[in-house]
Amino acid sequence: MEISVTVNGATHTSDVEPRTLLVHYVREHLGLTGTNVGCDTSSCGACSLHLDGEAVKSCTVLAVQADGTEITTIEGMAAADGTLHPMQQAFMENHGLQCGYCTPGMVMAATSLLQENPSPTEEDIRLGLEGNLCRCTGYHNIVQAVMACAAAPTA
Amino acid sequence: MTTTDATTATAPGVIGQRLLRREDPALLTGEAKFTNDMHVPGALHLAVLRSPYAHARITKVDVSAALQVPGVRAAYSGADLADLWAAPMPCAWPVTDDMKNPPHHPLATDKVCYVGDGVACVLADSDTAAHDALEAIDVEYEALEAVTDLEDALSDRVLVHEDLGTNTSYTWALKVEESEGAVDRAFAEAAHTVSERYVQQRLIPMAMEPRAVLSMPQPFGGDVTLYSATQVPHILKVMTAITLGIGEHQVRVVAPSVGGGFGSKLNVYAEELLCVALSRKHGVPVRWNETRSENTMATIHGRGQIQHIELAADDNGKLTGIRVRLIGDMGAYLQLVTPGIPLLGAFLYAGVYDLPKAYDFECTSVFTTMTPTDAYRGAGRPEATYAIERAMDALAGEVGVDPLELRRRNFIPTESYPYEAFSGLTYDSANHDGAATMAAEMLGYDELRARQAEQNVDGASKRIGIGVSSYFEMCGLAPSRVLASLNYGAGGWEAATVRVLPTSKVQVVTGSTPHGQGHETSWSMIAAEKLGIAPEDIDVLHSDTAVSPLGLDTYGSRSLPVGGVAVAMACDKVIDKAKQIAAHQLEASPDDLEFAGGAFTVKGSPDRTMPLAAIAFEAFTAHDLPDGLEPNLEAQVTYDPPNFSWPFGTHMCAVEVDVDTGEIEILKYVAIDDCGVQVNPLIVDGQVHGGVVQGIAQALYEEAVYDTDGNLTTSTLAEYLVPAASDVPPITTGHTVTPSPTNQLGVKGVGEAGTIGAAPAVINAVVDALSGLGVRDVPMPASPLNVWNAINHAQEAPK
Ligand code: FES
Ligand code: FES
Repeated sequence: MEISVTVNGATHTSDVEPRTLLVHYVREHLGLTGTNVGCDTSSCGACSLHLDGEAVKSCTVLAVQADGTEITTIEGMAAADGTLHPMQQAFMENHGLQCGYCTPGMVMAATSLLQENPSPTEEDIRLGLEGNLCRCTGYHNIVQAVMACAAAPTA
Repeated sequence: MTTTDATTATAPGVIGQRLLRREDPALLTGEAKFTNDMHVPGALHLAVLRSPYAHARITKVDVSAALQVPGVRAAYSGADLADLWAAPMPCAWPVTDDMKNPPHHPLATDKVCYVGDGVACVLADSDTAAHDALEAIDVEYEALEAVTDLEDALSDRVLVHEDLGTNTSYTWALKVEESEGAVDRAFAEAAHTVSERYVQQRLIPMAMEPRAVLSMPQPFGGDVTLYSATQVPHILKVMTAITLGIGEHQVRVVAPSVGGGFGSKLNVYAEELLCVALSRKHGVPVRWNETRSENTMATIHGRGQIQHIELAADDNGKLTGIRVRLIGDMGAYLQLVTPGIPLLGAFLYAGVYDLPKAYDFECTSVFTTMTPTDAYRGAGRPEATYAIERAMDALAGEVGVDPLELRRRNFIPTESYPYEAFSGLTYDSANHDGAATMAAEMLGYDELRARQAEQNVDGASKRIGIGVSSYFEMCGLAPSRVLASLNYGAGGWEAATVRVLPTSKVQVVTGSTPHGQGHETSWSMIAAEKLGIAPEDIDVLHSDTAVSPLGLDTYGSRSLPVGGVAVAMACDKVIDKAKQIAAHQLEASPDDLEFAGGAFTVKGSPDRTMPLAAIAFEAFTAHDLPDGLEPNLEAQVTYDPPNFSWPFGTHMCAVEVDVDTGEIEILKYVAIDDCGVQVNPLIVDGQVHGGVVQGIAQALYEEAVYDTDGNLTTSTLAEYLVPAASDVPPITTGHTVTPSPTNQLGVKGVGEAGTIGAAPAVINAVVDALSGLGVRDVPMPASPLNVWNAINHAQEAPK
């Protein structure tokens, strides 16, 4: 089936099998391997990306369902000149990542969380990131990073 | 949120700074490449058919229908591939001479021994086609009884490997007595004794990146490059060569970005061997990506012990003897270091306490029809620490003193360090009371005890508990000679090369293999401090056996105290050589030169100076070197540490337990960890946070559950409860700094400390909360149901 999606600003028209998951489309057809796969039960959030501005687990969406949408993956977050997105910067400054496998999904989920709730409490952040698992950081510094990003003056 | 950083070390220079990690930008932008991110046109995809039975004889395997599935290139049974293996899969730790180790091959041929055991495989053009084709393979089984209970396994009622005639793999003992009968006498004469039984449930390591493998035959010389999501490329290289009967020089192993390990990627796995063997057989790249549901069965599990610990003490509660009996769950086969895990804990059942030579440890390890166990974060030491720290609380109850006070009475005194322990091991340095005092202050121990006394009255529905846990980590595997005495099949050294390039940029090559720990940042800091060069001018190379041929990789919190120290020593060697060149150029005696700020200066003549950059260029042009000196500025060191490193600390946890629902809320968690000098405190804190949460996860949430037929009922992340951010508290960290006297940096390891300290702190708090209701123990994980049952059993028990 033919689909047309805008990913990180560029429009792609592709022929995909009806059963292809969005995460596999992004990784294998488009070569955007920053979006990771950590499970097969929609439990881990490693595959989170933005679909029409909202974080979704891309292993729960079929590529064909994404036809006509706008997608942002982790590769589309930093500015063209390489300047990190404020959330990426906050993760770096607060040591919110270790192995980095959950990180793209965490960053996508966290930016989406702040869009909905620009000044969350620590509790809001912990609940808001419930769908994203990290095995390395114990979440402490991830929460710190999101708080720091929320507190940072927006340019 | 309270985050207190009580780090006192504010050393000038690079070491000790909270430098941001250089690893981060690539990981944060999606540029980093994990094994399954690598694009390899023409690669065939491997899929493995796994046994749905825990224990069965294979009576037929027919792969012919799989070959008809579109996209499939080949399909094999275990028997089809039997000729490819020169040796069984390796177990590198034959802990006793008579240890039973059944042959274990990448695919089973006659029998399967756990759910997930591989029986056949498919190679196809795509992952989807390979998985589709698995369904077409026809396997017939004759089911046998499963064995999932350790005591049942010990009875040999059902044999997992009939040829062995027993389920017992080995019995290993460590008995240390001042004079014969000392342990029995200690118990006979004790004023107080406790006898406790604890169960270390099976855990699934669950690194967020499942395993992935890619084997690329090279078009010259029969060489092969194996990319794998592994912690141990160097060990994997040797073992792949041995198992496949190919020359070690023909195998290169690369670990690209690796998404966490926690011990689960410290192994040699069937799929790695299958990919290499099949890529050589077919002459094309072969890759395999593990699914999460496969990962929970086909990647090793951790823990799995029944512990029986007895303490003897005098009337003050001072320990006089310890007796420990363990049953270890090996699972179906012995993987790389499976049998050694209980031994890593065997020396630590006296914890951080001063014990006379009256120690009697014995472990019997058994085969079961479950996934093999092996190293999981802490490997043996969290188990030991849990047993002694839970038993110390039981003893405190028996003696009638506060648990913290009982610990203080037993701590090894600071002034006796270095301390020769009952076992003959020497503990390098510690200040247990210092760490415990800091923890008590940061927790508000006394205030919480007061609040507890007020709140935990008869009929209270929410009860407060405080848990204390003091620990030693015993890490840095380790002096090779000590490992030899334990029958370990390798050494404990680590290698480093420091190379000053002609343009004065520096390459540090390490044999230690990071997978989230930030070696690139920390190693560049060590070299920067030593060489007086900016960290940005130093690159750190690792995880590729062609680039870093010598190494023993990353596990057991060994990277910094062994690999990091090797980097410092290699810098020293480089400086020594540079000094000879500088002396020659400056026409001075080497003894008259000082090295500081990256330059040599003649003492007392500040204008006679030569920076390392100029020396590097001299070493490269070789136009005017001292006679006999080789033209390079590079040095390699292989460092075998003289001792383990002994990080220590005290964790404290305050909980509130709802006695009606069994729910537990952690009110505050304080971790005081002393890992000696901290190279990068930012990274140290991160290690502690992550470690503590894995310990809390064992205490409260996680368990690999098998039903009596041997099916893993927690085989996905939907059932196996890895905690999310909302399930765990913020962690208050603090540090005392007691340098290790055994290495020049004064460093110790830290990777496992959090996990070792956490589980007993949490369970001690839970039991403390419920002690007024007669509860003496709550099994892990302390789920609401387990807590509720513990309360009800205690209430029903005859008083
Ligand atoms: S891969 Fe999508 S939630 Fe785990
Ligand atoms: S940083 Fe490793 S899983 Fe989150």
